[in-house]
Amino acid sequence: MAMIFIAPATVGFVVFYIWPTLRGAYLSFTEYSLLSAPKFNGLANYDRMIHDSFFWNALGVTVEYVVINIGLQTVLAVGIAMLMYRLTKSITVRAIILAPYLVANVVVALVWYWMLDVQVGVVNTFLGWVGIDPIAFFGDSHWAIPTVAGINVWRHMGYTALLVFAGLQMIPSYVYEAAEVDGSTEWKTFWRITLPLLRPVLVMVLVVTMIGSFQIFDTVAVTTQGGPINATRVIYYYIYERAFTRFDFGYASAMALVLFAILAVVSLVQLRLLRARESDLA
Amino acid sequence: MSVTTGSVRQVSVGRTVAWVLLVILLIVTLFPFYWMLRTAFSDNTQLPGHPNSLLPVETTLGAFKRVLGLSSIEEAQAQGGSGAAVNFWLYLRNSLVVATITTVCQVFFSAMAAYAFARLRWPGRDKVFALFLAALMVPPIFTVLPNFVLIKNLGLLNSFAGIILPGAFMTPFAIFFLRQFFLGINRELEEAAMIDGAGHRLIFFRLIIPMSAAPIATLAILTYINSWNDYFWPLLVGQQENVRVLTVALGVFRSQTPQGGPDWAGLMAATLIAALPMIILFLAFARRITNSIGFSGIK
Repeated sequence: MAMIFIAPATVGFVVFYIWPTLRGAYLSFTEYSLLSAPKFNGLANYDRMIHDSFFWNALGVTVEYVVINIGLQTVLAVGIAMLMYRLTKSITVRAIILAPYLVANVVVALVWYWMLDVQVGVVNTFLGWVGIDPIAFFGDSHWAIPTVAGINVWRHMGYTALLVFAGLQMIPSYVYEAAEVDGSTEWKTFWRITLPLLRPVLVMVLVVTMIGSFQIFDTVAVTTQGGPINATRVIYYYIYERAFTRFDFGYASAMALVLFAILAVVSLVQLRLLRARESDLA
Repeated sequence: MSVTTGSVRQVSVGRTVAWVLLVILLIVTLFPFYWMLRTAFSDNTQLPGHPNSLLPVETTLGAFKRVLGLSSIEEAQAQGGSGAAVNFWLYLRNSLVVATITTVCQVFFSAMAAYAFARLRWPGRDKVFALFLAALMVPPIFTVLPNFVLIKNLGLLNSFAGIILPGAFMTPFAIFFLRQFFLGINRELEEAAMIDGAGHRLIFFRLIIPMSAAPIATLAILTYINSWNDYFWPLLVGQQENVRVLTVALGVFRSQTPQGGPDWAGLMAATLIAALPMIILFLAFARRITNSIGFSGIK
């Protein structure tokens, strides 16, 4: 009987998760252009990757993106969560904060692409009012990655804040009462009590958001398309280009496998370093 | 609570500053939505001349007509459009088809599997469940490449089946999410039904599903939104116009718009059409969706 219930999900799981995972691993050791059968070529793809400056550039750009995106987003999310926690339990405020997350990446990217336009974008108009010269947010290679990162901070900070907010609500009120009796200031309470007790939640939030952040693609694909001069050619976009414009499936698979390994290591290190499972509330 | 006036005033100053910060954040969150609206109702040729007008410039529905394929090429070009044929009605229909079928199938099949993992006893159950969960770790780009090859070999490129199939059966998250709820359902009811001679099929349809209507609805809404907003997979397998979904269409529209003088009004009208159904869905279910983030917590 159980078999009938599990059958459809298992078919989907085997065909679209397990099988492609194994096949992807195999393809990474082949030369494959989609036109003829994959040809085994050992470690050639990996050797090529080590000497491919575009690959290293893509990794570097992606890391730069992740650092800016996650750094900014986490700080803002904790700030927003604290503000909501101390000020209001209003569902309306929480809903507004969440709204950008429900709109497609592509939509968000295009709206900001328009707002940040160097000539007629409203953001540059605002900057003009305070005496700042127009900035080519997407056209200047120094600005492009911070711009893309900032756009996605806008989309994700509310969602992340709600996750942190849920974590804040799990902290029992007696610890705050005790802190107040001891005459602790708000600032001290935040650093000495709230943040340490929030650690398990923060670690999980960091792991999940960072894995997502490494997979930045949509925003780049509809705005800069990797430019200006490779400044935003993130790893996902580079793999996509290799596979679907050059039909270099073997090499693309090898890079995807390396990305997989990087994500696994990053997650494990985070969990280890930040001792996710231990809570100070034992 | 302190009673000295000095610290009361200090607290309220702190609270005022905090409120100001929160309001600024809310404005930053809402302003792009407003700007999308303001631009979509503007005349594109007049936009560059009025960059700081807070209201639509020369209010017109021209941009909407243009992207819905309702205006002639001359009309479209007169208002700053590229004149290329775009038909967002069609893309809207395609998005509806893809998101609806994906959601119905995925939630239903995931619920069946979640029931088997939560309430039935069979050998190897927990190991299989752990394997399903492990799939959450695999980044989509890794499975997308072989999946593309598979869909291509099946001859399903540029078909709804090709876009829908990979997501139609399950996602590890959906199974995990529903299993949590099914585990919490009282066993006594189930046992009573069994004594009355009900089989698992009857229990699943008459007991488990009705009792879990709320979490199933929440999951369905979240699945619908994710499916609607997905870009990467439909970009790979659904380029052709007859199956092109809104997100892909937006990318195409953006690349067609003239470099020198982009059709910003048209682009914003198109993004509004793509975003509006999700905004309506959100307004209708704001409480449910917002609270679900608290629960599902870390997915």
